[in-house]
Amino acid sequence: MSSDARRYLSGSLPIDAVTPHASFVTLLDAEGLAPHWDTAAGSDMDIPEATTVLAIKYRNGVVMAGDRRATAGNVIAHRRVQKVFAADGYSAVAISGTAGMAIELIKLFQTELEHYEKIEGTRLSLEGKANYLARMVRNHLPLAFQGLAVVPLFCGYDESADEGKLYTFDVVGGRYEEQDYATTGSGGSEAKSFIKTVHDPQMDEPAVLRAAIEALIAAAEEDAATGGPDLRRGIYPNVVTVTAQGFVEIEEEQIAAIASDALEARP
Amino acid sequence: MSMPMYVPPEQLIKDRADFAKKGIARGRPIVVLEYEDGVLLLGENPSGSLQKIGEIYDKVAFAGVGRFNEFESLRVAGIRYADLKGYSYGRADVTAKGLANAYAQSLGQVFTHEVKPYEIELIVAEIGDITADTRIYRVQFDGTLRDLDHFGAIGGDDDQLTSRLEDGFEADMSLASALRVGCDAIESLDDADEVAADGWEVAVLDRGNGRRKFHRLDAATIEAARQ
Repeated sequence: MSSDARRYLSGSLPIDAVTPHASFVTLLDAEGLAPHWDTAAGSDMDIPEATTVLAIKYRNGVVMAGDRRATAGNVIAHRRVQKVFAADGYSAVAISGTAGMAIELIKLFQTELEHYEKIEGTRLSLEGKANYLARMVRNHLPLAFQGLAVVPLFCGYDESADEGKLYTFDVVGGRYEEQDYATTGSGGSEAKSFIKTVHDPQMDEPAVLRAAIEALIAAAEEDAATGGPDLRRGIYPNVVTVTAQGFVEIEEEQIAAIASDALEARP
Repeated sequence: MSMPMYVPPEQLIKDRADFAKKGIARGRPIVVLEYEDGVLLLGENPSGSLQKIGEIYDKVAFAGVGRFNEFESLRVAGIRYADLKGYSYGRADVTAKGLANAYAQSLGQVFTHEVKPYEIELIVAEIGDITADTRIYRVQFDGTLRDLDHFGAIGGDDDQLTSRLEDGFEADMSLASALRVGCDAIESLDDADEVAADGWEVAVLDRGNGRRKFHRLDAATIEAARQ
C-alpha cells in the first residue's frame, strides 16, 4: 500500500488532482483498495464455479441468459446465483468460471463504467467497454493458470451504429465480436448446439426468449453443473435484453411461464 | 533579515473572505428546491458542456458556483469519494452528509492554508424515500456548512433569491411549479434578462428514477413547464 493510500475515505478530500483520470480501478490501486487474490499453485480446493451463460442477437438487439447453479467439485454450492448483470444502462455482462472472483470482477466493471460516465459526462463507447473488460480478463490470467479462470460474455446496444453487438472473451483477454450468438461455461456447447437449430437473426422477442430458455434447459439436461428451471422451488434463469431502449430485466413471472411451457414441450 | 509586516488575524481572514465573496458574486447563481418527487437544481448556464450541476451517486447530486476549475476538481473528488465508499462498504452508506462534511473540511483547509482561498460555493443534495428524508447542504468558501430547509440559493444575490423562493415555495409542489418558481426567481434579479429555454441547466433527483435518481431536464421540458 502506498504511503498516501486511503486518502479519500479519511476526513477531507484530496483536491490536488489537476487533471483527473477517469478510471476507478486506477483509483482503487492508488488507494490500496484493489481486490487481490494470492493462491498457492496447484491448489486442489473446490471453489464454487458458475456455468452456462448465453447471448443471442435478434431483431431488436441482444438477449442474454444464464442458469442459476454454482458447483464446487461435485457439490451444488448455490442454487440461486445471479450470473447475468446490467453493466450500465445500455449493456449487459454474464459470467462463467470461478464465481467469487467473477462477481467481484463484474462489480468493478459496473463501478468503472458508472465512474467514467459521471466524471466525463458521457458513456464509454460500446467498443471501449468491451476493450476495458478484455483488459480486466487479461489481468486475471495468472489466476487462470491456477485453475481460477473467469470468462465473461458482453453485449450492448451500439448507439452510433444503431444495432446490438455481442462480444466473447478467452482467458488471455482475447476479445471477439460475434455476429449471431455465443455461449460459455461447461454447458455452453450443448446450449450452442440447440441455438444453432433455431436461430434466425430476424427473430422477434418472444421467439428469442423461448430459444434462450430452451437452450438452458437443453444444457441442464446434459451438463450436471448447469441447473435447469426448478418449478418446485421457483428457481428460474436470469434473462435480460439490451435494445435501443436500453437494458431490461425480464420479469420472473414471464420467464416462469415460458420455462414451464418449454419443459412440457420437451421430447 | 527583514521582519514580515504584522497583520492581525482578523484582518487576514476578512481580506480572504472578501476576496472569495467578490469572486463568487461575479458568477451566476444556482437555486435548489424540493418538489413532490424529489429535488430540483437549476441555474442559468449558456454552455451546454461545462456543467455546474452533476451526479455524484445514486441519491446524491452536486452543484457549484464560482470558478469552474475549482468546483470541478471538488466534483471529481466527490465522485471518487462516493464510488470508493460505495464499493468498499455498501451503496446505502454513501450520504450527502458525509460528502458535505468532507467538502467542508477541504474548503476550510484551503481557506486558511493555501495562497488563495477557493472562490466557490457548493450544494450537496440527497433525496430519501419520503420528502422528510431529503437533505440539502450548502458549503461555503471557508468551509462553513449549513443545512438548508426545502430550498436555497448559492452564488451572486443569494439573499435576494432566497427571499423570492420563500414567497414561491409550497410543500409538495409539482415539478412544473417548482421549475416556474426557480426560473422566475433567477429572472427577477435586478440585473437579469429573460433566459431562453436552452440557456438553463436543470437537473433533478427524482424518486421515480430507479437506482440512479439523477436526471437532466432538456429545453423542451423546461419550456413546457413554464407555459
